[in-house]
Amino acid sequence: MWVDVLIILLKVLVVLLVLIHLGALLTWAERKQSAAIQDRIGPNRARIAGRAAMGLFHALADGIKMVTKEDFVPAGAHRTLHTLAPAAALFPALVVFAAIPFGDVLRIGERVIPLQIADLNVGIVYIFAISSMAVYGTMLAGWASNNNYALLGGLRASSQMISYEITMGLSIIGVLMIYESAQLNVIVQKQGELLWGFLPKWGIVVQPAAFFLFLAAAMAENKRVPFDLPEGESEIIGYFVEYSSMKFAMFFLAEFVEIVIVSGLVATLFFGGWQVPYLYADGFHWPFGLGVWQLPHLLVVLLQVAAFGFKVLIGCWVLLTVRWTLPRFRYDQVMHLGWKILLELAFVNLLITAVVVLLIT
Amino acid sequence: MPERDMVVDESVTSVRLKQAFAEAVLDQHAEHGDDTLTVRREAWREVAQFLRDEPDLRYNVLMDLTAVDYLTLGDGGRTPRYEVVAHLYSLSHNQRVRLKTAVPDDDPRIDSLMPVWEGANWFEREVYDMFGITFDDHPDLRRILLYNGFEGHPLRKDYPQDKEQPLDHNAQDPTFYMNKRDDAGSETRHMFVHMGPSHPAMHGVIHMTLELDGETIVDGDTEIGYLHRAFEKEAESHTYTQVIPYTDRLNYVSPLINNVGFVLAVEKLFDVETPERCQYIRVLVSELSRITDHLTCIAANAMELGAFTVYFYFIKAREEIWKLVEAICGARLTTTYTRVGGVMADLPAGFADQLAQVLVLLHEQMHDVERLLQKNRIFHDRMRGTGVIAPRDALALSFSGPVLRSTGVDFDVRKTTPYLVYDRLDFDVPLGDSGDNYDRYLVRMEEIRQSVRLVEQCMAQMPDGPVQLDDARMTMPPKAEVYGTIEGLMNHFKLIIEGIKPPAGEAYVPVEGANGELGFYLVSDGTGRPYRCRVRPPCFALMQGLQKMLKGGMVADVVATFGTINMIAGENDR
Amino acid sequence: MNMLPLLITFVLAGLVCALMLSLSRLFGPRRPTPVKSEPFECGMDQMEQPRRQFSVKFSVVAMLFIVFDIEVAFLYPWAVMFRRLDVAGFLAVLVFLGLLTVAFVYAWRRGALEWN
Repeated sequence: MWVDVLIILLKVLVVLLVLIHLGALLTWAERKQSAAIQDRIGPNRARIAGRAAMGLFHALADGIKMVTKEDFVPAGAHRTLHTLAPAAALFPALVVFAAIPFGDVLRIGERVIPLQIADLNVGIVYIFAISSMAVYGTMLAGWASNNNYALLGGLRASSQMISYEITMGLSIIGVLMIYESAQLNVIVQKQGELLWGFLPKWGIVVQPAAFFLFLAAAMAENKRVPFDLPEGESEIIGYFVEYSSMKFAMFFLAEFVEIVIVSGLVATLFFGGWQVPYLYADGFHWPFGLGVWQLPHLLVVLLQVAAFGFKVLIGCWVLLTVRWTLPRFRYDQVMHLGWKILLELAFVNLLITAVVVLLIT
Repeated sequence: MPERDMVVDESVTSVRLKQAFAEAVLDQHAEHGDDTLTVRREAWREVAQFLRDEPDLRYNVLMDLTAVDYLTLGDGGRTPRYEVVAHLYSLSHNQRVRLKTAVPDDDPRIDSLMPVWEGANWFEREVYDMFGITFDDHPDLRRILLYNGFEGHPLRKDYPQDKEQPLDHNAQDPTFYMNKRDDAGSETRHMFVHMGPSHPAMHGVIHMTLELDGETIVDGDTEIGYLHRAFEKEAESHTYTQVIPYTDRLNYVSPLINNVGFVLAVEKLFDVETPERCQYIRVLVSELSRITDHLTCIAANAMELGAFTVYFYFIKAREEIWKLVEAICGARLTTTYTRVGGVMADLPAGFADQLAQVLVLLHEQMHDVERLLQKNRIFHDRMRGTGVIAPRDALALSFSGPVLRSTGVDFDVRKTTPYLVYDRLDFDVPLGDSGDNYDRYLVRMEEIRQSVRLVEQCMAQMPDGPVQLDDARMTMPPKAEVYGTIEGLMNHFKLIIEGIKPPAGEAYVPVEGANGELGFYLVSDGTGRPYRCRVRPPCFALMQGLQKMLKGGMVADVVATFGTINMIAGENDR
Repeated sequence: MNMLPLLITFVLAGLVCALMLSLSRLFGPRRPTPVKSEPFECGMDQMEQPRRQFSVKFSVVAMLFIVFDIEVAFLYPWAVMFRRLDVAGFLAVLVFLGLLTVAFVYAWRRGALEWN
């Protein structure tokens, strides 16, 4: 009993730590990747004992800088809410990952450890419920700052986020229809099935339109470029203009952790999660009767976790690249896109999927 | 050398004006080829109206309006003390006229020309700010370049150059906000925000107060002068050659064009023309400067809209061009390349090859940026239909340059009033049709390509020869003569200590700056220092029309529109 | 028991947030000056206090969001049970969606989705 609790604790700790560190790593990756795209070198100065390590220490340096800056609350601002807002932004981002499976099961002796913190049978609903709470952080930050710009930014950000949540929710209904479950682990398992004997039944194969809709909506929800007008640094400055040091770092960490979450969700729903094509619990079963490669259990688990990690990283890379390629939307264009275009497309996708599935079965 | 009053044909302007206002015209002559008319102060606005409306004349653009203080001219000065000078331009007839009137010291008032040309707005505010001349019927006569609590009028000759004034926290100008609050009463649903001066997208330091109704801009006020460094006052106490470094700091993104414009004005006072090679070199560096200015404008504009990568691609191209400029004159930004009568030095060896390589790189970067921006739906949506201005409004507000051309008006100083060797070179002037931000972007991109054409033609056609005019009045003698002959030594001494002394008179030279017509108006009293050195900044006129372009749009469009105007504070505020 | 892992996750995430909030309080300097406390408005003095009133458009969006989000929430269980409910279930949901589409079109035509 206590061993179970310990194992759960360990899983939670590992996931939280990986998330936070991945978030910090993404700050470095963003700078290095943008430098590569923009034909320059990027951060390469922070050194420990003379080693620069491609600028990785900049992430650490940034963290130290953030912690040692003065933390102030502006005059006239609502103290409690001002302090709570960054926590309200970061908390949902950290907690969402509980429902996402990053591997199948790990068998140690007789113990079966699911590589997922909480295998909820309403996994998808939990995820969307929790990520909706991220709006609170933004709203509170804008409101509690006693600043015109922050208020404008906060209002815009929250309207944008809630508008795109609907599209996000609608776009994956097709996925739910096809895999007949809201449990994320089951969805990933079902993506291991093969269509016509060789094609893995990944989400992107059966629901390509939903993938693009979901990705766009998730980027808007996450306030990434091209949807980052609320934090539009060069325009209306943003809703966290009155934040400094660690609180500001928390907003930013929340944003980067959300990138990881979005990548994780995309990987889980559309790219097979921890599934490696043709890899089953005992090894590779190649299609067209090409044979079976037996593999030890630990290696299979390792491959699965690595596959998931790889897909998440690719997703992060895509989101980062989009940021440096596209200019940003104006606010009314964002709302127009969300309510009048993407919502319709999600509906249509839902109807078409329903009809097709009905016809097939 | 043509004499001052040798008028063979009296200009159409003068003939018509004398027919209509026989008793108002006090004087008419051609000053170094510029048609100059002096009228009575009482008839100022009527004459202006007539000049604008008369079918043979149609002076629809007020290019510049300034004043000169003749307190210390010669010995004893001149009365009346002030002279208000307006430079007018007719687009349809392509003619220019300088209209002057005298304003006495005991009654420094004159009619405002705003009812005739809306563009007189800021020009008159500046004259009020600098000289203390008030303009009747000006709706909003307050200081423009100087701050609210400033005492005195600095460009008056009796204002000491080194006088210091305190600047305190109350220098903020609350006029706009106070007016609005009184109109609407204490309860108003509109929100008032500041944009700038400390704002990432307000390049060059500008302060705007915006009245918002939700996202829509209802009204606004632009406050400039944060980078005012008293160029015109400084010029009055320096020799002509010493003023050239100050001109670098005007439009600091295209400094060579300013250098060229200033020395052309001085050379006009002398009525000389520089050797041909020098003229080709001046055209070459002007066009390189124009390219850097447009690259910076588009890059910054794209970055502010969120397309960060475009900025870096163009800055890379600009970097290579600046290396070229550095090879030519030793500095990238503070070029000080031209001299009165020529240029500082000839092009370095191997320049042609270096230039060819840079142009290849430029072409590549432009190709990449086009693919990133022009095929991009988001960029299109941000820029199409935003910041629109109609051609008629643009002309009334004295716009020029790419902003005016984006509305479809074909006006380019290089074509209408060709200077240097532009009449021998083959280039097109791109025009837009809707006057919105996207057209301005396209016009600038195409102008870069045309400038590349010009640069290549210059390199191909450039003759050999000297780069400095061999004229003892302006060119320093060669060192062998300075050390060897007494005449050379004396000539050198006088040129350095007393400065170049153009004959007394006045001259206005317009050149095509990257933002529009850049004009230098010089008044010389025969000494080595300019009596009055006036810069007609192109973006000054553009900025006065900014609120018109923003009204009715959204807050997010401010950044896009302001970026395409390409305001350079060094030029705007001087 | 699925709730225990969730509880542990919540508690630990909460601890992380609290830790981060207190870090800067511990390690950062405290030198308040009046100028630092002023709200930032591009270097100028604020003309007005931030309005407690804001445009009604934001409220309208929030209301529309509630309606459509609940619609999506109702669609989730149907989507999971979809194949078993077959055509009959599909038609029933179609009626449901149809009603909400009418509402959506009404909102659109009334200009609730205009952002100018």
